[in-house]
Amino acid sequence: MSKVDLSVQVGPLKFRNPIMLASGTVGYGNEIAEFTDLNKIGGIVTKSLSLKPRKGNPPQRIVETPSGMLNAIGLANVGVEQFLKEKIPFLKKYDVPLICNIAASTVEEYVECTRILTQEDSITAFEINVSCPNVKEGGLQFGNDVAAVAKITEKVKSVSTKPIIIKLSPNVSYISGFAKAVKESGGDAVSAINTLVGTSFNIFTKKPKIHNVNGGLSGPAIKPVALAKVLEIRKEVDIPIIGIGGIMDWKDVIEFMIVGASAIQLGTLNFINPSAAGQILTELENYCNNFGITKLSDVTGSYII
Amino acid sequence: MFILNAPVEKSIELENKIYLLQVRCPEITSDVRPGQFLNVRVSESMYPLLRRPFSVCDVDDEHLYLMFNILGEGTKILARKHKDETIDIIGPLGNGFNLEGEFDTAVIVAGGLGAAPFPFFTRMIKDHKKILTFIGGRSHKDIITYGMQNISIATEDGSLGLKGNVIHLLQQNLEQLKSNRIKIFSCGPTGMLRALKDFTIKNNFDCEVSTECAMACGFGICQGCPIESTEHPDKYHLVCKDGPVFNVKDVLL
Ligand SMILES: Cc1cc2nc3c(=O)[nH]c(=O)nc-3n(C[C@H](O)[C@H](O)[C@H](O)COP(=O)(O)OP(=O)(O)OC[C@H]3O[C@@H](n4cnc5c(N)ncnc54)[C@H](O)[C@@H]3O)c2cc1C
Ligand SMILES: Cc1cc2nc3c(=O)[nH]c(=O)nc-3n(C[C@H](O)[C@H](O)[C@H](O)COP(=O)(O)O)c2cc1C
Ligand code: FES
Repeated sequence: MSKVDLSVQVGPLKFRNPIMLASGTVGYGNEIAEFTDLNKIGGIVTKSLSLKPRKGNPPQRIVETPSGMLNAIGLANVGVEQFLKEKIPFLKKYDVPLICNIAASTVEEYVECTRILTQEDSITAFEINVSCPNVKEGGLQFGNDVAAVAKITEKVKSVSTKPIIIKLSPNVSYISGFAKAVKESGGDAVSAINTLVGTSFNIFTKKPKIHNVNGGLSGPAIKPVALAKVLEIRKEVDIPIIGIGGIMDWKDVIEFMIVGASAIQLGTLNFINPSAAGQILTELENYCNNFGITKLSDVTGSYII
Repeated sequence: MFILNAPVEKSIELENKIYLLQVRCPEITSDVRPGQFLNVRVSESMYPLLRRPFSVCDVDDEHLYLMFNILGEGTKILARKHKDETIDIIGPLGNGFNLEGEFDTAVIVAGGLGAAPFPFFTRMIKDHKKILTFIGGRSHKDIITYGMQNISIATEDGSLGLKGNVIHLLQQNLEQLKSNRIKIFSCGPTGMLRALKDFTIKNNFDCEVSTECAMACGFGICQGCPIESTEHPDKYHLVCKDGPVFNVKDVLL
């Protein structure tokens, strides 16, 4: 069997393969490392970090929906300082690109987090979360405002030489307008998509099932939306795209690449099958061999309409 | 921690809608402790999507036993599993009961399906400690005694044992409890655990409780299962990783 080249390029970033693990679905790597060899995957994106630790929302934080789930974790995280002290040493043991996801309530806080973290050599790039639907301040307010996204991109870019990826919200009419703002403000790539706003009620008590009332919808239920958003960006803006949303197997990875993703992230799947990343890599290799594809990245943007 | 496909060997209906599932899983049986749980994928399809957590009800050399009642789609599918089908299991997960310590009598307090972890618990402790078991439920149909010893029962409708709840039952046996060096181990609905917490604090009894919460991953990556901590009010414990068993004093129920 011939050797397939699985490596991909996302702007200035080169990955050995397109499979990354999505923010909020792998913690800080230690638990998932029991199931997936982090030395084999393309990259790992940490849980959103904020300047100070965040306790997150009260329970109930998650509920299952048809072929998906709603979560309102509320960006529970250890904060930048503790991350550098307690979490980085574990991640450093692995040969895997580390992408730090940052969330904040103000533009200044995004900048401050990036400024602190950028000094840590083992961090490869930043993914800026402007799109979390589960926090009161910041979150979607930024993700819904093109000018705010442009400003955050520009300011964060000015304090770091590392690549900046902006993670976009699907809860907007035209996501390509946001991708364009990222590109024009110097952003290196976009991740699409974060979760969709959703809710779920108990029909007997008439109360919301999630304490926060709304949650972020993820899982296979959102895949068609995510594919459409990636395709829209690909058609309108020349910027590298990391595809996210409901990826459950190798076929979904290929589908995301066809509509324009250079790499992808696995999210909810990690909860259901924490060994999935490794299995998908083997299957991608088989697919390439079976279809005579020598370079997987050739699939990106190969759609025929 | 393992992720594996375990063949189902038997599924029996113990009571109306309460099932005992026997799966072959020698990898986990040697490792698991009472109070730990498994996160089970009931179907390969996208619905239900998430795994379902179940306590390890009992083990023998090669088998794990799960006890569950039919609540929704997931448990309905699980109840229909027959010999030679497999279920996908992640486990053993969480922290189990602490069986060591300065007590000579283990007092089990179970509410309804909270009985699930105690057959294993009873098997592990019965040769070393005396056991007293108190079981409560709404009616006689909710009382599961499978695999347990020295049982006293309370039902809210009075259809079996004492008419009242399990705390009334403990209150009634207070003298006996106080005359032993006891430790209480409990699992059941949160309302019951809350009342038990008051009872144990008032009477100065050591008590561990197995808590429940909606879960996605079961092993600490989703942050979906918070429980309020008494010692660290600025952060939550995770039921799946820091629990599901906690000393009752460490959590706000
Ligand atoms: C650590 C742990 C150990 C558990 N051990 C056992 C066990 O040994 N035996 C057993 O029968 N069950 C146990 N449970 C509960 C079990 O996980 C749920 O009964 C199961 O997930 C229901 O799945 P379902 O698809 O049938 O129901 P769903 O369709 O998910 O839900 C049906 C109904 O049940 C309610 N429900 C769902 N999960 C729970 C829950 N955790 N507690 C209370 N109500 C719930 C839902 O709100 C809904 O109203 C345990 C839960 C945890 C967290
Ligand atoms: C429980 C949970 C927590 C999440 N936390 C974060 C987060 O902290 N930061 C972030 O940028 N995205 C977060 N996400 C969004 C995911 O990274 C991903 O964009 C989304 O779940 C869609 O992908 P999926 O359908 O494959 O899960 C979270 C998702 C879930 C399910
Ligand atoms: S269930 Fe995912 S962290 Fe506890």
